[in-house]
Amino acid sequence: MIEIRGLTKRFGSLPVLSGIDLDIAPGERIVVIGPSGTGKSTLLRCINFLDRPDAGTIRIGDLQVDAAKASRAEILALRRRTGFVFQTYALFANRTAQGNIAEALLTVRRLPRAEALARADAILRDIGLSDKADAYPAALSGGQQQRVGIGRALALDAPLLLFDEPTSALDPEWVGEVLDLMRRIAEARQTMLIVTHEMQFAREIADRVLFMEGGRIVEQGPPSRIFDAPQDPRTREFLRRVR
Amino acid sequence: MGALDLDYMLGLVPVLLRYLPLTLGMAAAAMVLALILAVILAVVRVLRLPLLDPLVQLFVSFFRGTPLLVQLFLFYYGLPQLVPAFAAITGVQAAIAGLTLHFAAYMAESLRGAILGVDRSQWEATQAIGMTQGQALRRIILPQAARIAAPSLLNSFIDMIKGTSLAFTLGVTEMMGAAQKEAAGSFRYFEAFLLVAVIYWVVTEALAALQRRLEIRLNRAFAR
Repeated sequence: MIEIRGLTKRFGSLPVLSGIDLDIAPGERIVVIGPSGTGKSTLLRCINFLDRPDAGTIRIGDLQVDAAKASRAEILALRRRTGFVFQTYALFANRTAQGNIAEALLTVRRLPRAEALARADAILRDIGLSDKADAYPAALSGGQQQRVGIGRALALDAPLLLFDEPTSALDPEWVGEVLDLMRRIAEARQTMLIVTHEMQFAREIADRVLFMEGGRIVEQGPPSRIFDAPQDPRTREFLRRVR
Repeated sequence: MGALDLDYMLGLVPVLLRYLPLTLGMAAAAMVLALILAVILAVVRVLRLPLLDPLVQLFVSFFRGTPLLVQLFLFYYGLPQLVPAFAAITGVQAAIAGLTLHFAAYMAESLRGAILGVDRSQWEATQAIGMTQGQALRRIILPQAARIAAPSLLNSFIDMIKGTSLAFTLGVTEMMGAAQKEAAGSFRYFEAFLLVAVIYWVVTEALAALQRRLEIRLNRAFAR
């Protein structure tokens, strides 16, 4: 069980998250939608402290972190329980595809090298990139890079995967392969929190859709309700514009 | 007199080359030490470590702001007056120490700029997978910074090789000192010093060629 309570973040005097409460059940797949600049990415980045929240608590399993007094060790522990997929992939430029995936296993999990590489190879097979094991990120297409990015996030078997607009930076031709991979991960009932503008994808895989605006969760529910019968006028207005 | 005495110069080549290992040895030792020190100084500055950061800034300011020759004289001739234990160090040791501190200051600034030049997303990715700051620096950030800083670090090494000639002023008989002694006997100063210049030139050009090859190699992972 994952519990987020009162998560708050300001940039200077600008409130970006205004006390977000969110429970995520094991295996639940949540998609966050909403206009740009409404705190969707910040919500994800605050959950693993890439952006430090100003207030609120995050509980993942038996680990509870209070933003107001989180220690360095607690933040590390929290990050090790979440996988994060970046919009811009952010692959380690000095590591091969295999090396990117193995990095956390070597440094964080401290697995013996042979074991870490074997595990990375298994993930490369899963994401369909065994033939690119030795390729550096610069030699991979956008779609391939993002699949490695997802593979890297999978490596630690984290209880929660966070996807921050994983297809937004991709050329249209690569979006399909990344969504296909995410669909497969979703089918395995991996707990996921996904920020995306891919509405069709959200409808297919989400157990629950959150609509955010102005740093708040305005409306949430199963995709059929959010997409077909939204209650809040802001949700209706947003969906009308993106369709 | 007047004309260049080529035969004399050629005869002097093996004499001066005998001191080349000393020159290169001093430069190599100082380079290794300066690199280690520079990495530490750069990391202190990038992480803005409290207490240490202002000290490092002072260090860098002093060693970049004063001439190498003055620094060498301060260590070798000045310090033993204050701290008698320093009287035991040799000219070679003092030269290596002086070169190390002087060039570490320059190299720390190059490295600091290079670390800051590594894309922010690389830091974020290390954080996202739960790496510690130390692991991130050692495994991801510094290797990428090294690639950015490599040309300027190699320039520092070339400057350092040339800087070893100042060890002559600390009474060390290296190439410059040997040329001085030879010329004092033959009065062929031009030939002797020209030969010293040529040897330095050849060595630094060889390094520049190495530098070009190294840069190609370092860029390999980043080429499409």
